[in-house]
Amino acid sequence: MGEDFDWHRAARADEMEEGEPKLVAAGKFQIALCKVAGTCYAIDDICTHEYASLCDGVVEGDSIECPLHQAKFHIPTGKVMTPPATEDLKTYPVKVENGEVLVGLPKE
Amino acid sequence: MASDPNFVIIGAGQAGGWAAATLRAEGFAGRVVIIGAESYPPHERPPLSKGVLAGDAGIEKTFLRPSAFYGEKNIELKLGASVEGIDCKNQRLRLAGGEAVPYDSLLLATGARVRRLPVPGSDLAGVHYLRTIDDMLAIRPRLEPGCRVAVVGGGYIGLEVAATARKKGCDVTVLEMQDVAMPRVVAPEIGKFYVDVHRSRGVDVRLGVRVVRLEGKERVERVVASGETTIDADLVVIGVGILADADLAATAGLAVENGIVVDEFTRTSDPHIFAAGDVANAWNPALGRRVRLESWQNAQNQAIAAAKTMAGKPVPYGEIPWFWSDQYDLNLQMVGMPETWDALIVRGAMGQGPFTAFYMKDGVVVGANAVNNARDIRFARKWIAEKRRVDADKLADAAIPLKQTDAS
Repeated sequence: MGEDFDWHRAARADEMEEGEPKLVAAGKFQIALCKVAGTCYAIDDICTHEYASLCDGVVEGDSIECPLHQAKFHIPTGKVMTPPATEDLKTYPVKVENGEVLVGLPKE
Repeated sequence: MASDPNFVIIGAGQAGGWAAATLRAEGFAGRVVIIGAESYPPHERPPLSKGVLAGDAGIEKTFLRPSAFYGEKNIELKLGASVEGIDCKNQRLRLAGGEAVPYDSLLLATGARVRRLPVPGSDLAGVHYLRTIDDMLAIRPRLEPGCRVAVVGGGYIGLEVAATARKKGCDVTVLEMQDVAMPRVVAPEIGKFYVDVHRSRGVDVRLGVRVVRLEGKERVERVVASGETTIDADLVVIGVGILADADLAATAGLAVENGIVVDEFTRTSDPHIFAAGDVANAWNPALGRRVRLESWQNAQNQAIAAAKTMAGKPVPYGEIPWFWSDQYDLNLQMVGMPETWDALIVRGAMGQGPFTAFYMKDGVVVGANAVNNARDIRFARKWIAEKRRVDADKLADAAIPLKQTDAS
């Protein structure tokens, strides 16, 4: 045991589509699950600039753009790519088991 | 002895702040000075008519960076300072108080100032304009339940103030000279939709009326408008547009025409002086014409381009213009700046949830407005840039995803 994460069932692997982020609500977390080149990544769904859901934005390649002010983030790392955001997004570990996509949420 | 160059930025708004941060991000190691007329660190203005005016957030929300950022990046802020003149020949500024500030490169990000309403009584107490943080601070405490607010001008500043004032429980009247709201920025159909929205929220919207004078003894008490219209008011907020703040540039002999004339690299007619943001009248390669944009996107991204050019890595700036306005629970995004169109294609039901209106000319998308439908803007922006011919029937059919139309 000794794991640092609670693994949350976020989606079925076969329902995830490239370019179509899935909003995952789990406890106090609101996460955008995105599939890029066959791999799923989990990032915070709320833009670090202002309150907007990135899942309402547009995914292009490995970036996601906020629908409000067009800040772009790198999905695999959460890094800010374009202003007005200046802070990176948090990322969460993802694993696929038995056809389920699991997101690792930090334990309290 | 060669010393590090001095880069000076006049203006501590969205443009000035982003230019300074970009100079450092680009590795510029010389002196960076921002001179701001207001006493606040570099900030953006959109929240001043929305959340911050409503009191949902403090003025810090408008600050682009925490104050510590400027110290860490060795960016000097001279705030509450006013520049009296630019001596182009000797490359120095003169500040009020006599201080001289030398520059190797100068960015004019002086923005704009409000257009004044030239009617009797507009100097009465209780008559306000909204542009700066201090303007907002003067209005905010007065937005109390039952306060009678008259808003002069049905553009987006006026309508955002109206929405915020309603939210605070004020009795609001909007007076607009034209027959629709937001006449300069959206099609009449969209303007009409917004008039209906405001009326349904209890705003008394008067169209086609011209304010003749403001009356009151010590404070403003009423607005007198054409057609024998009289509106009792405790507070008047005027939002009738802004004018480029290009006086310094004009006095210094730079080319000025509806703002400071710059090329797509933000270069003025003086090789050491650049201009960006609301004050710049720039050649826009994406539109193929010269535009002076009063927008947040332009203030940020044109300033970033200016900083790169100043740092010796010139990049042309020319985006498809994009604006937004938040009123009540409606987020309106506008992309493109069509001067003419021959059809407006509405996708979704106007007035019943999200919708997008596409402006078409000769079968090509030239602009779009999305209401609570920001995802559509991305496609519109792309198609405008590509001057793409798009099947209007497909756009009008919300069952056909734009992604599919984009791929076809």
